[in-house]
Amino acid sequence: MSTNDPVQLPVTTEDGGRVTRRQAMQWVMAAVAASAAPGGAFAQEVGRTTTPQEKALKEQVPVPVPHGYGVDPQLRKVYEPGAFWPLTLNDAQKKAATALADTILPEDKYGPAASDVGVIEMLDEWVSAPYPDQQADRPVILEGLAWIDAESSQRFGKSFADVSDDHKRAICDDVCYAATAKAELKKSAHFFSRFRSLAAAAYYATPQGWKAIGYVGNVQLPRFDGPPPEVLAKLGVTQTVQ
Amino acid sequence: MPTIPAAKAKAEYDVVIVGSGAAGGQAAYTLTLAGLKCVMLEAGRSYDPLRETPMFNPPHQAPLMGERTPDKPFGFYDATVGGGWEVPGEPYTSAHTQPHEQFTWWRPRMLGGRTNHWGRISLRNGPYDFKPRSRDGLGFDWPITYDDVEPYYTKVEMLIGVYGSNEGLENTPNSPPDVLLPPPKGRAAELLSQKAGRKIGVPVIPIHRAVLTRTQDWQNIPAKLHPGNAWAQKIVGQSMKSRLACFWATPCGRGCDIKANYQSTTVHLPPAMATGNLDIIPNAHAREVIVGKDGKATGVLFIDKTSGNEARVKGKAVILAAGACETVRILLNSKSNSFPNGLANSSGLVGKYIMDTVGARLGGHVPALENLPPHNEDGAGGGHFYAPWWLYQQQKAGKLDFARGYHVEMGGSRDMPGGDNPVPDDMGKGSYGTKFKEDARRYYGSFVGYAARGEMIPNEHCYCDLDPAVKDKWGIPVLRFHWKWSDHEINQARHAQQTFAELIEAMGGTPHLPRPPRERPPGEVIEKPGSIIHEVGGTIIGEDPTKSVCNGWQQAWDVKNLILCDGAPFASNADKNPTLTIMALAWRACDHLVEEAKKGNL
Repeated sequence: MSTNDPVQLPVTTEDGGRVTRRQAMQWVMAAVAASAAPGGAFAQEVGRTTTPQEKALKEQVPVPVPHGYGVDPQLRKVYEPGAFWPLTLNDAQKKAATALADTILPEDKYGPAASDVGVIEMLDEWVSAPYPDQQADRPVILEGLAWIDAESSQRFGKSFADVSDDHKRAICDDVCYAATAKAELKKSAHFFSRFRSLAAAAYYATPQGWKAIGYVGNVQLPRFDGPPPEVLAKLGVTQTVQ
Repeated sequence: MPTIPAAKAKAEYDVVIVGSGAAGGQAAYTLTLAGLKCVMLEAGRSYDPLRETPMFNPPHQAPLMGERTPDKPFGFYDATVGGGWEVPGEPYTSAHTQPHEQFTWWRPRMLGGRTNHWGRISLRNGPYDFKPRSRDGLGFDWPITYDDVEPYYTKVEMLIGVYGSNEGLENTPNSPPDVLLPPPKGRAAELLSQKAGRKIGVPVIPIHRAVLTRTQDWQNIPAKLHPGNAWAQKIVGQSMKSRLACFWATPCGRGCDIKANYQSTTVHLPPAMATGNLDIIPNAHAREVIVGKDGKATGVLFIDKTSGNEARVKGKAVILAAGACETVRILLNSKSNSFPNGLANSSGLVGKYIMDTVGARLGGHVPALENLPPHNEDGAGGGHFYAPWWLYQQQKAGKLDFARGYHVEMGGSRDMPGGDNPVPDDMGKGSYGTKFKEDARRYYGSFVGYAARGEMIPNEHCYCDLDPAVKDKWGIPVLRFHWKWSDHEINQARHAQQTFAELIEAMGGTPHLPRPPRERPPGEVIEKPGSIIHEVGGTIIGEDPTKSVCNGWQQAWDVKNLILCDGAPFASNADKNPTLTIMALAWRACDHLVEEAKKGNL
């Protein structure tokens, strides 16, 4: 959900009452400030004026939901992203996020692509969440997605999702490692690092991700045998509990 | 769990118990099986682990991949369903501004308290741990010895079920034969740590945890726990029979709906309820202990949180088992003409000498653990190995710059992934695409972490009192915490980090240590006070009524029918996690209370 009128949000406070307009405005102003400040830095860093994407980003009001799932949510339920707070990525952001997540975690012999296992929805839930850590990630991710489309348009004349895999890699190679990225691309490299981190966190939270990484647990066993002989041999240890 | 509303309380009980965790649960178990009528007040809601535990739920089915948030500080699936580091409407304050000297207070608000999510580590204190002052001149001796408590350690271990081994190491007591359940096999990182420990002299052995590695001997144990009481044996046997052995999956911190690990709500409270002698009132926020004209406790005044009104329950004796600092809060707020400084406080020591465990940690990366063939290391839902403190003799000889020890807990298994990045940037060096997935496979399981749990020496700077200005939402004055570590704790934490670095290097790995522990400020080596959630002290046990709050049976010196059953009576806080000792002492104190009741002394 995206709106420019904060008082229309279905917000409730902890004791069940509706928030005042003043409270709602405070959240919105704080969120806008958090999102706008680094955006300016991005624009300066690449030495150009604000792009339409970045302008749109500044106008997109972040998600001022006053609280999350509370201390006592039902723990046994299966939740889909969006169950507790509205998802907020727009179509262009989802498109860029999908292209980038699938470049980082493509379909290959280890498993499906990121977007096929719900990574984009989990990312959307993350950057739309009302908690401090997630709110801190929101501007990094949204501005980064705007940057990658702007960068792609500037270099290849199309948005990131619409360029070839080679062109995608050309952009990623510049920012995939902050330690070696050019000084003017450090912020974009920070975005790439954070995006890769979140996409991987989501990917490996799924059964397909478990298979890809080699996790074979979360199943009932009649007994626990410890590491198999080939693991013990590789480590040069013996099982000391009989 | 069946509970009653405040209005349905009986006119009078034999015993009022405040709190439902390890101490309250044990007290209710011991007293009701001895035939006493009890009422239990719990500040949080009722909780049923059999219906509510998210056993196999994977992280992608939780909001934010199950990661920690201010609402769920230990992750979405953590068993805690009320309270936490902050409780709305119930603030506490700190007299200090330095982060490493600001006490942080974990207050679970739910039936069973923190036993629902705790680590299940169940270590006995050793003989030294009850007489620390006699060994090194610091802190306080307890008025009781290891031999006084030993029979109760054994009973608790048999009741709750504890796995582990008997290694005969110094001040690390063996249990009697056939009491401990078989220890689980070592995992890859644990076995490698054990091998590294042998190189540098750190004894890595099976840990003791309250998890059933096989079903309990429900036909024979009850007779050992309750000799001569066939009725109690039958009830306890039925309860034991209903518990299943661990099926080697799901983290214990979520709770356990097959009752394979100990939590008050699956082990203590069901048999206590089955006696018909226990009423549980949830949402009951204890305000003060009521005292009669004769100076004896007559009941407890509490806030019924469902209505916001005050209510009372009466009893011939009162047990405070609210969690050490909550017990202090209740006593300091129990002011009357007879007790103007709060109840049981003629010594002026209520709230003094609070302690937490010293926490220090270090992680690292071990190449030998990279690219291991996939195998299941879920195990018993927590650690299998640890290292008990091993430098008693060096310490005695004055070779260390701190007086007390720590034990080493370790992690590094192939835990359930999800919610974090498996490839640190400095190792992936920018990888993405299939190369990133290969890196994830390569590094998964290759990171190890060690945590010290060390003994803190009680000192006069660590205490809590009532904040003169701040009140909770019901107008009850709240606690204000004061804290100062001594060099013993800081130096111990530095020693621990140094040991961990050596362990990781002995495994051929690289510790994540930017500079030597000696050069790090205290805030970088020692965890915040309170953060280990081993709060004890505040009503210390002793031989002299002017120098302690309660006697060797945990009766308040000033109010003999007031028993302090949680960690508050601890006169020292050994490195051993306090829960097992809290249960053993609660059982012992309640046995004594039953004897007094039989003599007509209630």
